[in-house]
Amino acid sequence: MTDDELIWRVAGGSGDGIDSTSQNFAKALMRSGLDVFTHRHYPSRIRGGHTYVEIRAKDGNVTSRGDGYNFLLALGDSFARNPSEHAVYGDEEVKPLSENLDDLREGGIIVYDEGLLDVEDVPNFEERVEENNWHVYPLDLRALAKEHGREVMRNTAGVGATAALVDMDLEHIEDLMSDAMGGEILEQNLEVLHDAYEQVNAMDQSHDLTVPTGEHDEEQVLVSGSHGIAYAAIDAGCRFIAGYPMTPWTDAYTIMTNLLPDMGGISEQVEDELAAAAMAVGASHAGAKAMSGSSGGGFSLMSEPLGLAEMTETPLVLLEAMRAGPSTGMPTKPEQADLEHILYTSQGDSHRVAFGPSDPKECYEQTRTAFEIAWEYQIPAIVVYDQKLSGEYRNVDASFFDREPNPSLGKTLTEAEIEEAAHDATGKFERYQHDVEDGVSPRTVPGQKGGRYLASGNEHWPTGHIAEDPDNRTAQVERRLEKLDAIHEDLEDRDQQVVYGDEDADFGLIAWGSQQGTVEEAVARLNDNGNSVKALGVSDLSPFPVEEVRAFVDSVDEAIVVEMSSTKQFRGLIQKEVGGVATKLSSLLKYNGNPFEPAEIVEAVEIEQNGGGEQPTAQTTLEPAAGD
Amino acid sequence: MSKAFSAIGEERDVERDEFTPGIEPQPTWCPGCGDFGVLKALKGAMAELGKDPEEVLLCTGIGCSGKLNSYFESYGFHTIHGRSLPVARAAKVANHDLEVVAAGGDGDGYGIGGNHFTHSARENHDMTYIVFNNEVFGLTKGQTSPTSPKGHKSKTQPHGNAKDPVRPLSMSLSAGASYIARTAAVNPNQAQEIIVEAIEHDGFSHIDFLTQCPTWNKDAKQYVPYVDVQESDDYDFDVTDRREASEMMYETEDKLYEGTVLTGRYYQDSERNSYQAEKQQRGDMPDEPLAERYFDEDYEWERSYDLIDRHK
Repeated sequence: MTDDELIWRVAGGSGDGIDSTSQNFAKALMRSGLDVFTHRHYPSRIRGGHTYVEIRAKDGNVTSRGDGYNFLLALGDSFARNPSEHAVYGDEEVKPLSENLDDLREGGIIVYDEGLLDVEDVPNFEERVEENNWHVYPLDLRALAKEHGREVMRNTAGVGATAALVDMDLEHIEDLMSDAMGGEILEQNLEVLHDAYEQVNAMDQSHDLTVPTGEHDEEQVLVSGSHGIAYAAIDAGCRFIAGYPMTPWTDAYTIMTNLLPDMGGISEQVEDELAAAAMAVGASHAGAKAMSGSSGGGFSLMSEPLGLAEMTETPLVLLEAMRAGPSTGMPTKPEQADLEHILYTSQGDSHRVAFGPSDPKECYEQTRTAFEIAWEYQIPAIVVYDQKLSGEYRNVDASFFDREPNPSLGKTLTEAEIEEAAHDATGKFERYQHDVEDGVSPRTVPGQKGGRYLASGNEHWPTGHIAEDPDNRTAQVERRLEKLDAIHEDLEDRDQQVVYGDEDADFGLIAWGSQQGTVEEAVARLNDNGNSVKALGVSDLSPFPVEEVRAFVDSVDEAIVVEMSSTKQFRGLIQKEVGGVATKLSSLLKYNGNPFEPAEIVEAVEIEQNGGGEQPTAQTTLEPAAGD
Repeated sequence: MSKAFSAIGEERDVERDEFTPGIEPQPTWCPGCGDFGVLKALKGAMAELGKDPEEVLLCTGIGCSGKLNSYFESYGFHTIHGRSLPVARAAKVANHDLEVVAAGGDGDGYGIGGNHFTHSARENHDMTYIVFNNEVFGLTKGQTSPTSPKGHKSKTQPHGNAKDPVRPLSMSLSAGASYIARTAAVNPNQAQEIIVEAIEHDGFSHIDFLTQCPTWNKDAKQYVPYVDVQESDDYDFDVTDRREASEMMYETEDKLYEGTVLTGRYYQDSERNSYQAEKQQRGDMPDEPLAERYFDEDYEWERSYDLIDRHK
């Protein structure tokens, strides 16, 4: 592997400012003209534990985390060094240096805080360094930070050291620091930055790695999947959100909550997720564009209000930020195993729409689609993503966000229109008419003259009153189903599925959600190495793009479905929706809490192409196709 | 008057009959059911207050009580069991000009929806919550409910209920409701007066409404005689004093199961800000109802692009 890229890992404890340090460094790399991609790994605790963020930077499109990393900045853990915690947490204090150390590429660089970390505590450190040709630069970052300012500035010292080692200009880093702080704090940080830079430059340097250079055609912004979702909601005119904190959904919820008040919007933090979704239903019923969301456990509680929204045809957007389950599972680790949960939860025949975007741009596009579909067709729409995509930052053209807002409430009548609309003999508005275009019966909003009706979770007459009449029941069920057909057609025009790779390949990969970018990189690598593969990324989960998926499967001899689920939920969905393809689909599964790396997918394809039957060396599982 | 919602705030005389559906569905309630008393009192109160049926949103739960908005002409939302409050209070947040009333049974409000009851009261939304308290699960055929007396025998509690009943008024007070009353279907005049006061009160008003269930529990006779604690010489307390209110509530809750039906106003705090006022003071809620904006063609909608500099 040639290192035409920097994969910088900053490791330490939770609460050590890893997140903000890495974000600023990623921005500096982006401003220098590189494409960047971040990957964060953190435990479910407030302080301490092992946490890291990886930034991958290269010239040109980056769609995935890399394989391993080539630069480690081990900051030391400010929590684990507390002597009274020592007995409990054992060797955790050297984790930033020891954890996943074998993933550091040959010839890689290690900078560690020798004020906090002792290499004596890392098993066979010297031997491993020699064996892998690692280049080690110990620095007393803590002392350096204290000398000019405060101990917390050791992150800045680490960034200064990094810049010196990879020949990176300090200009963008200084600019970003000046944007974020001022006065004495800024001065001290700049001193720390420069001192570290100079100290490292004075050292003997033995490594080859330098930061790549690149150039963007236009101005870039650094955004996460959660930003893509929140900004789409803003542009869709959503001004109401209700929620309850839960990792990782809290990312998007917090962004919205901080933006809404300045836009005359409203955010509600309520007693539980059941109330949160029910409040979004209430606000939508009263005329606002409203949303809610949660992660798997909280989404379980939303099952009831989701069904209520379906039955009362109340427009609604819900987010589901997946994490590893079942139950509390692994709160800060990604998985894609809530797919069936969001598709099938709540009783009866469901009428919902679901999208699984793959990157921050798709998060934006598909959340916009979700709002449009929800309000045009009076149906709940779910955007399902995961911990990985939620907090994963990538650079995007700033102009991407230059869009027109669309606050339309769809077929919602004004008072003037209500006068012309259908009413029963007694003057009651017919909210749920049987025969209407696309199954969508226009709605009114409480407070409007002439529009009163009853919304009910019970089956109902056109005026909304409770009914168990068989003819009416059949008409209402069929009308609600008709909406799904209309949505299916609407979605075909939006073309949200992506195919990439070698068009003529007879070997395929199929993925959904956050793993698509990794599959994309694996496909590029395989094709660069003389292989011939292509991939399909699916975003429409309900209604399912049956024709597109069938066409893809028909065009190949076999395909691997790549997903973070142990029970092959996505493969099961394809088999159910498309039918007759079970003998062509095998699975590559990962459920250890870490997202796929491109090399793991490459390995699986190579195994399958050699006839299959072997298990991968990585912590992934290959499951053969039916009948194999 | 609002351009989008002209039913709101119109000053006019309103007849009680305007709240009766044009084709009145045949009520599913049994003859002699206390629920008729709530319907009648609510219609009377709304007419007395001059409310237009189309500025009223009546959200109900599930059960016999949940059918209230089937027989009451206004905007209505028949929600799911225990969840009328979050739907109702969100509608109020989205359009604070609406007159929002939520209603449900004692199982709905004090059992399955207890968490929502507690938090809605705590938030002090300017709305009215009527709990049909018949001390039993009626529609599902007479099972023991949260307000059923200790020892109550039913098919789900064949050896008699081992639990003490909940204390609706005390719960409400400690949760933070700012108007708390108990009335009874057998006392229609007091019921209407109390509903009027509850609607006029600027905050969360909770009415524990005793509704006899002649099929599974008690008939109307068993709620007679009732005592109005404001009118009786035997009781003297200050409804604005939490401590005194609390003691009176406790006694009222105990007495019900001893056969003495006490009703009346128990607590009122007119000083406390409604949720809307609190949110608006903090800049967390617009002055104009949010729902209006979607009907305002001239509104300049904010764009995410205007926020994008922070990501550069």
